[in-house]
Amino acid sequence: MVALADTPVMAGDRSQRARRVAFGLAGLLGLTGLLSLSHGASGVRLDLVLQSWLAGEDVPARDWLILWEIRLPRMLTGVLVGASLAVGGAVMQGLFRNPLADPGLVGVGAGAGLGAVLAIVLGGQAPAWVAAWLGWNMVPVAAFIGGWLSTMVLYRVSTRAGRTSTATMLLAGIALGALAGAATGILVYIADDRQLRDLTFWGLGSLGGASWPKIAAAGPVMLLALLAAPFLARGLNGLSLGEAAAHHIGLPVQRVKHVAILTVAAATGAAVAVSGGIGFIGIVVPHLLRLATGPDHRYLLVNAALLGATLLLLADLIARSIIAPAELPIGIVTAVIGAPVFLWILLRRRGLVDL
Amino acid sequence: MIRQIAASLAAVVALAPAAFADTPSRVVAAGGSVAEIIHALGAGDRLIARDTTSSFPPEVEALPDIGYVRALSAENLIAMDPDMILAEHDAGPPEVLDMLQRSGIPLVMVPQALDPDGVAAKIATVAAALDLPEAGAALQAEVAAQLEAARIAGDALPTAPRVMFILSMQGGRLLVGGEGTSAEAMITLAGGSNAVTGLEGYKPLTDEAAIAANPDLILMMDRGGDHAVTLADITAHPALGLTDAALNRRVVTMDGLYLLGFGPRTGAAALELNSHLRLLVDEVKG
Repeated sequence: MVALADTPVMAGDRSQRARRVAFGLAGLLGLTGLLSLSHGASGVRLDLVLQSWLAGEDVPARDWLILWEIRLPRMLTGVLVGASLAVGGAVMQGLFRNPLADPGLVGVGAGAGLGAVLAIVLGGQAPAWVAAWLGWNMVPVAAFIGGWLSTMVLYRVSTRAGRTSTATMLLAGIALGALAGAATGILVYIADDRQLRDLTFWGLGSLGGASWPKIAAAGPVMLLALLAAPFLARGLNGLSLGEAAAHHIGLPVQRVKHVAILTVAAATGAAVAVSGGIGFIGIVVPHLLRLATGPDHRYLLVNAALLGATLLLLADLIARSIIAPAELPIGIVTAVIGAPVFLWILLRRRGLVDL
Repeated sequence: MIRQIAASLAAVVALAPAAFADTPSRVVAAGGSVAEIIHALGAGDRLIARDTTSSFPPEVEALPDIGYVRALSAENLIAMDPDMILAEHDAGPPEVLDMLQRSGIPLVMVPQALDPDGVAAKIATVAAALDLPEAGAALQAEVAAQLEAARIAGDALPTAPRVMFILSMQGGRLLVGGEGTSAEAMITLAGGSNAVTGLEGYKPLTDEAAIAANPDLILMMDRGGDHAVTLADITAHPALGLTDAALNRRVVTMDGLYLLGFGPRTGAAALELNSHLRLLVDEVKG
């Protein structure tokens, strides 16, 4: 468990610092967003395009397409997905009072994975009207439904007499994950070579398929969840004292759990649906912030959204330019950069984190 | 066959009307057999990039790599400023293909091939897209003649030897080519029969099923990863060691794209495989 604010080394109120960090991160996100819009293999420059547009000159259709249809949706998807994954991780760690918790614990990962695999392997056999209606979006839609369904099942299983047991949820989540893994295994067995490659790439994540229709479908879900998350802050702060204590200081414990689980399922379900499996953001970002500005969820949740979005945009910049004209799956970048940084911080500030 | 070619030509015209305005000179190939056909048509100098699966002829490997054919990147491709993208049927993802078309780059999808007609249709599609009708007709005739020779040689075999295609044997576990695979199509083309039945696609095979399948010949690819597999590995394998193929030391390895790409070298590959089968049949008779 991450030590609470009473650690001897950094005692005291860190909310001033957390607020300053929030402003810093917001500025950083803005800069990264601009960088993401203005950098790309085609060499189209945001400033030049805007300049000639403002001057009333003709902007080549190709440049507009690259900025408006490729880079902007990709940037917005990166912001929403990065923020959702980081906030999802922060909420889960607070809810389960466990530093290893991530959205996978509520079954989103396993369920979404199963949904995606189902769509990739059996999508070709779907009825014609389903295929016509969903088109390319069959994989994201199936992933979202899979993630949502498995969370609901898990929530039902671990709720008895109006009380949700996080311990039961943890254990049932492992069982459900194994079940989804077995079903995925059957589908992997049926899959042909091409589908297997698709599965591998899906599991490593990418922002490559970002488009306006996808943002229109998944964006509102992630946005709603992100806006709801800060309202959980007080509840999660209370829960860090333990469920009984939280109840005694008058917190609606069950409602906090209920809203937290729904928020995480929505945010990460939609994020995974549009971008595939992107690891590590949900674990690294909240911990980095806890080390820097303390465990107070009032600041942690907002800062996690900002830092998660920034980091994912940076990772995407690397992913799409390092081996151009090809593109590296973004999950590789987040893990390769995230893991060593995280280890380094753990080693340097070992005293602060007593896991 | 003619109907297929006509259909693919119609598809090209429908997909890329702009392609015929000018002869494309900056072409991206997505798919090993596509790059091969472009080179065989004598248009290799028009290629500016290729995908990961393109490895023949060796000079295409010097071109920039656009990555795996099903995970293409829209902006990176547009940035290369191609005037045509020639892609195998399974290129993707669809969002990126859509973006490419909207950026005004003609995108030509080359149909899948698992038989001589399919190979002819592939060549016809590429030749039409590159505006090379004569070279296309010549290449088609050449490849058709080779494929016909392979078919005749295949028919001339008194029996159809049982061939097992092993995709990999990592850790001793067999992954073999079942029904409907390009490996089976090639085995049939060469006059053999697939020893693996009752499985669809490339699937793991149990040791006992491998013994029961008892192939006369084992066929493998010689490419990275599995290239360490030798005859000794096969004879030492608990199940494969008991098959006729291992007992008579009949193991053939061929380059993956050559063997399974169904490009212009398909006829040559089928003839090569057929010569191994012919040897085998004569040995058994004699």
